[in-house]
Parts: sequence; structure tokens; C-alpha cells
Amino acid sequence: MNLRHFTVKVLGRLILILISVIFLVPIFWMFTTSIKDLSEVMTYPPIWWPNPPKWYNYVKAVNYIPFGRYTLNTIIITIGNIAGVLFSAPLVAYSISKIKWGGRNILFMLILSTVLIPFPVIMIPVFIVFSRLGWINTFRPLIIPAFLGGGAFNIFLLRQFFMTIPEELSDAARIDGASEFGIYSKIMLPLIKPILIVISLFTFLGAWNDFMGPLIYLQDEAKYTLALGLQMYRSTNYVEWPLLMAASTIVVIPTIIAFYFTQNTIVESVTLTGLKG
Amino acid sequence: MKAGTSRRNTLYGILFALPWIIGFLAFTAYPILASLYYSLTEFVGIGTPKWIGSGNYQALLKDELFWKSLYNTVYYVSLAVPIGFVVGLGLALLLNMDLKEVGLYRTLVYIPYVLPAVVVGFIWLWMLNPYYGLLNLFLNTVFHIQGPGWFSDPKWAKPAFVMLAQWGAGGSAVIFLAAIKDVPRELLESAEIDGAGWWTKFSKIIIPMISPVILYHLITALFGGFQIFTTAYIATNGGPANATLFYVLYLYRNAFQYSKMGYASAMAWILFIIVLILTLIIFRTSARWVFYRGGGE
Repeated sequence: MNLRHFTVKVLGRLILILISVIFLVPIFWMFTTSIKDLSEVMTYPPIWWPNPPKWYNYVKAVNYIPFGRYTLNTIIITIGNIAGVLFSAPLVAYSISKIKWGGRNILFMLILSTVLIPFPVIMIPVFIVFSRLGWINTFRPLIIPAFLGGGAFNIFLLRQFFMTIPEELSDAARIDGASEFGIYSKIMLPLIKPILIVISLFTFLGAWNDFMGPLIYLQDEAKYTLALGLQMYRSTNYVEWPLLMAASTIVVIPTIIAFYFTQNTIVESVTLTGLKG
Repeated sequence: MKAGTSRRNTLYGILFALPWIIGFLAFTAYPILASLYYSLTEFVGIGTPKWIGSGNYQALLKDELFWKSLYNTVYYVSLAVPIGFVVGLGLALLLNMDLKEVGLYRTLVYIPYVLPAVVVGFIWLWMLNPYYGLLNLFLNTVFHIQGPGWFSDPKWAKPAFVMLAQWGAGGSAVIFLAAIKDVPRELLESAEIDGAGWWTKFSKIIIPMISPVILYHLITALFGGFQIFTTAYIATNGGPANATLFYVLYLYRNAFQYSKMGYASAMAWILFIIVLILTLIIFRTSARWVFYRGGGE
């Protein structure tokens, strides 16, 4: 029994190490390609670590396209999205979990049902509306909807959290004469800070990584985001692999850092959502 | 409750939900109806849509590329969803092992899931390069076999996307893992005392207990699969020989490259109906295999 237990552990560990390596190799390959010369890229056998590493690829990569401009654009859109989601999602989640009113269950069902609508179904009319407003080639179509939505999953997450807060807390405040908005902003929001961080992270990833939205709405190259700009290292029949991989590495770093610092909160929040058996 | 309180609550309820309600009307409800209307018109995006009734739908039935893109997508979904389920659940079971460094594996396996789809597309375009890609170099060196052309071979391009999708399996694995961790320990322990083996515990306790999460996973995976776009746009842009012209890619081209907004809207509605029917089927059958714990919320 003990020997069997031991074997299972050793075997499991070996499999997990192997899987981790397989999952990491493409990222390592991206990075190591980013510090090679073109001559070191197309070789057999492959070069795992170029000698010397061509760090200047990073300088070349950020000068090859308006990298600073695109970073700024991406940051503006990302911050706009986070602000928008943090504004709208907790508000509606509070409405359907902490205020006892007749429409709240219908509203909740409506929010959940929005996940069953494929993006292409709404994409064209929304594009037409924004183009009639003259908002194409601006960041507005990529930011303003966040202030008027919040995302079904985020709202669901927040609702589950609000439900765990005892009613007595807001009742006591109400008796003390606190306004509904006062209760919301002074008592509730501070209590759900951990989940607001998780939502900010999801929103950050969504906005930072978004490709289809910018592709549709941003046609002027000066307005591009990093995700769009990465395409510019490729021409019709040629790819600047080392520079593309250098730029990709820079684009990827913030996502990995953000994930690393919040991963435990993410796992806990998934457990707490009731997204469980 | 006094009538005054309830009126006050309704007022505040609506007030707090107002941003969402406005957004829902402007960016969901109106677009759904407008897209249905556009699908019955000839519309280039500017000017007035011209009513043509079922013209777009009739034209789609005769459009070879439409059928091709539907076939490609169904092919992809029917491989990527089941494989993704097995890989995600398998990973979760491994990550549920009692090892002290298991958190590290969880982190490493999750990382690819947070990467931008554009970067994922480019990384795999490079990894799967027929001549200098790492995978074929590996196959050649270790197994002495010549790997396929992957994204440049019509036969291998779709399987390549299925493989690429598995790189993000850490995302579903973490959700499965959270559900598995939530299975009551006593249940598994008492089963062990009764002499239940590994497979019995897995199939008779863990699977039923996490079945709501499985249902959630299947539906989101189905939706994600049918909407595959960015990685395909980057890695193949539909090629070779339209082997990876996926549904949304063709829809995007019609809408934004050929300015056939009405035609693309008809495609969007067909997609909508397909995924709704599939979701409905899954929900219908789920009564038989999804187990909800009693006494919950």
C-alpha cells in the first residue's frame, strides 16, 4: 500500500514535470528566438541559447514599429476598460443581490443569458452605430461599452460575493440613516476589494490581449494597439522572426506578471463563485 | 414590508442597474434585432439597407465558401471540445495530487492561457514551421520522422489548431481543479473504506459532483470553438486552400473586407441559431447527467 502510494507520487510528479516543460517550451522558444540573429534562427540543429545573446534585437524591435505609441494606446484602452468595469459591474451586481426589488431575478437571468450571444451577432450593428457616431478610429468603441456593461461573468462573481455579506450590516447602516449609495460605496465596496482586484485582472487581460475589437475599430495605424502592431513585423512573404518574438516577449511580460501576483486570489475566487458542484 | 420601502427599493434597484440596462439595450438588445433586420437586406454599411427578404440566406446556401467554413468549424469544434475536456480534466486530476510543489505546476500550466491570442498564433506559426519549427526538428531528431507541413498542409492545418487550443487547457484545468477540491472529503474517504478503487471514486463520486462545472465548461468551450478567429487570422488567415477558413473568419471578411454587411449578418444569425440549438441539446441531456447538490443556494 505504502509502496504503491510512493510509486503513484513519483509517477505523478514526473508526468507533471514533463507537462510543465511541454507547456513552457513554446514560451522559451519565443524568448530564445528573440535574442538570435536571423542566421541563427534558420539552422539545423536548432540553437537553444545563442552566443552571444543578441539583446539589441529588443532595441531594433521597439524602433521597427511605433512601439511606444502602441503601448500608450493599449494602456489607455486597458485602463479605460478597467475603470469602466469597476464602475458598472459592482453597481448592477449590488442591485441584483443586495436590494430587494421585484425585477432582480429577471435581471439576473437576463445578465446570464447574454453569454449565450455570439459576438458576431452583435458586432455588425454595433459597428454601424459607432460609425454613424463618427467613432471609428477612436478608442471610444473599445472603452465606453465597459462603462455600460461590466461582463456577465464579473457580475456573477460579484453577486456571489455580495450574497455572503450579512444583511445586518446594511440594515444597521440604514437605521443610522445612511443612503443606499453610501452603504454601497462606504461599506460594500471596501468589503469586496479582493474580488475587485480579480475582476481588474481579468479585464486587464481581456483588454490588453484583445485583437478583434481593435482590428474592427482602429484603421489608422497611429491608433493601433500592441496586439495589432505585432502584425507589422510580417510582410507578405517574410517574417522578422527575432524582432517579432522580441516584441511578443515585451507584450507578454505584463500579462504574466499580473497573473503571477494575483493567481492565488483567482483560484480562490473560482472556488467561491459557486461555480462548483 | 411597507409599500414605501418597496417602491424605494425598486427605484434604487433600477438606478443601480441603470448603466447595465442602458448598455444591454444599446449593445445587446438593439444589435440582435438590427442584425436580424440587416440579414434580410442588402447593406454595404452606409446608406439605407435594401430589403431583399430571404435573399442572403438563399445565396448562402449556394455559397461554397460558406459551407466550407461551416465544415471547417464543425470539424474543429468536434475535435477541440472533447479533446479539450479530457486534457483539462486530466490536468486538473494531476494538479490535485498531494505534492508540496504542486502550486508551481499549476502556475506554469496556467501561464499560456493568459497570453494574447495574437502572440499564441505567432508562437505556434513559428513552432510549427515545417523546416525550422521546433516540433518538426524534434520529430526528426528523436523519432527520425519527417513532420507534416502543419499550417501549410491542408490536411494538417485544422489538427494544428486543435493542438494549439490544448496549450490553453490550463484555464479549464484550474476551474475543474477548484471543483474537485470542493468534493467533500468524507465522501471519498467513506468510499475508500468501502473498498472503492481509483476509477470508482473518479466515475461515481468526482464526476457527478463536478458535473455542473462540466456543463459550464462544455457550453463555454462550444461557444469559444465556434468563434475561433484570432489565432486563425494570424497563423493561416484561412489558408492553405481555405482549409482553415473558419466561420467567423469568413463572416469577418464578408462584413469588413467585402462590405457585405447584410450577408455577414445572415451568417451571424445562422451561427446564433446553431449554437443555441446545440446549447439547448446539451441542457436537455444535462438533466440526465448533471447532479446538483441538494440544499444549496
